[in-house]
Amino acid sequence: MNIYLPIAEVSVNAFLLLGLGGGVGMLSGLFGVGGGFLMTPLLILIGIPPAVAVATEANQIVASSFSGVLAHWRRRTVDFKMGLVLLAGGLLGSAVGVQIFAVLRALGQVELLVSLCYVVFLGIVGVLMFIESLSALRKAKTNKRAPRRGHHWSHGLPFKMRFRASNLYISAIPPFLVGALVGVLAAIMGVGGGFIMVPAMIYLLGMATTVVVGTSLFQIMFVTGATTLMHAILNQTVDGILAVLLLIGGVIGAQIGVRLGPKLKAEQLRVLLALLVLLVCAKIGYDLVRTPDEFFTIGGGGH
Amino acid sequence: MTRAVLLLAAFVALALVPRAHAQIAEERVVAGLSQTTVSITTGFTGSEIFIYGAIKRDAPVPKTWPLDIIVAVTGPSEPVIVRKKDRKFGIWVNDSGVKVDAAPSLYAVATTGPFRDIISFTDDFKHKVGLEHLVRFIGETDDAAYKAGYPEALVRLRKAEGSYFVLTSGVKVSEETLFETRIALPANLVEGDYRARIFLLRDKSVVDVFESSIEVRKVGLERWIYTMAHEKPALYGVISIAVALAAGWLASTFFRMVFR
Repeated sequence: MNIYLPIAEVSVNAFLLLGLGGGVGMLSGLFGVGGGFLMTPLLILIGIPPAVAVATEANQIVASSFSGVLAHWRRRTVDFKMGLVLLAGGLLGSAVGVQIFAVLRALGQVELLVSLCYVVFLGIVGVLMFIESLSALRKAKTNKRAPRRGHHWSHGLPFKMRFRASNLYISAIPPFLVGALVGVLAAIMGVGGGFIMVPAMIYLLGMATTVVVGTSLFQIMFVTGATTLMHAILNQTVDGILAVLLLIGGVIGAQIGVRLGPKLKAEQLRVLLALLVLLVCAKIGYDLVRTPDEFFTIGGGGH
Repeated sequence: MTRAVLLLAAFVALALVPRAHAQIAEERVVAGLSQTTVSITTGFTGSEIFIYGAIKRDAPVPKTWPLDIIVAVTGPSEPVIVRKKDRKFGIWVNDSGVKVDAAPSLYAVATTGPFRDIISFTDDFKHKVGLEHLVRFIGETDDAAYKAGYPEALVRLRKAEGSYFVLTSGVKVSEETLFETRIALPANLVEGDYRARIFLLRDKSVVDVFESSIEVRKVGLERWIYTMAHEKPALYGVISIAVALAAGWLASTFFRMVFR
């Protein structure tokens, strides 16, 4: 069943969109990532203009992350205080990101920027996560727990805060910066930034892993909400029908993912996520260096 | 002598009159379209337009040259930027692009024969039937852009996405009088007033033109969303978020109730 998208101005199969939403939503619930890093390239692949894909994907992530946050909230695995600090940075970051996006869209370089961001960030995060999770997997086999780092590099910084749920007493500056970086990426890449946020929270901030996913989703929900609003106002690229189709699939998938999560081993889960991130990275990187079949593209002139 | 001259003159005149009559060709196209409005609804998957008509004439069918018909449906013209990828530091980067000042969003043509065989270059230029007259540059970038292949690329890309096509022998003519064709408009139509032109040709020259317009409009939900996104972007953004939150909450509540 084909459906005409009013903003994207293309006709696409509705079931395909529902399926994509469902699959990506499940990953979202499992890993605490928005799933945008998968969805945005997929949408562009099926013919949605990149600008519309990025903005609409942000809107879909609002739904899937909210659905996930509710599930985590009931289990008390959300550190709201940490979430708010991350969020403050995130809002600033996404405001900057949307501006950069609007400028690059006018120059015709959005596609390139989005692709480069994907390759760089997915590459770094994927490799780090893969190495770390493999060694964690090995340690888990020998029943040894990773030693808790006593002193964190950020301990010398001012504005110390106590994050009870995360079992931390650290400066507010590192989480603020992490939030800001993720905000910029959210706006440019049409992603929630969970794939950066989750590892950053575990390795950079040293948060307790139990609250990482819920807190990440909490912050992502607000940042993508702000991003959606700014894209809607500045670029008019949020497609309502596309968003609804994606989020119907997405929220259902997310709920399944959240319920599946505790049944799987955390280390194995992280290896899987790392592999997935690297796979997407490799595909996008290959497309950048491969000699294209068609050298020309039609850019939005009057649209 | 004078009688003879007069007789000759009368004879010549008589012989010439029917020919002249045929040349000026009191032949006119009368045509109709199965629809003059196309509504883009949510389930829009394209629309087929049936175009039919007849040749009205007072004199018998001229035997000089067979009749040809070109039916051209063109979408609203817009400026378009065509960019070319260049390799920089090992990756493929878009260049700043060339602006094509006018390019129709749709170019759907049906003919009775190969385009070049049935219309002369002069008449093609005069009536702007062929694509090369519709995809235009204004200004001095003209030559360089043509040489670098930008306009061909635009046409090639639009053909690949199904927005530009020519149906050679897509027009059926019966008895040199009635004609009909079907033009399938693709699903990715943009809004606007489309032109439908029907050219009657003899000896590669345009004898008569019939013109009509097709109004393509988004309707219902499509119209509402599009208008709101452009006219009340802030409200639209807020509603988008509200819908997303509602969906997230619904799914969460539903699953909690089911899997208790």
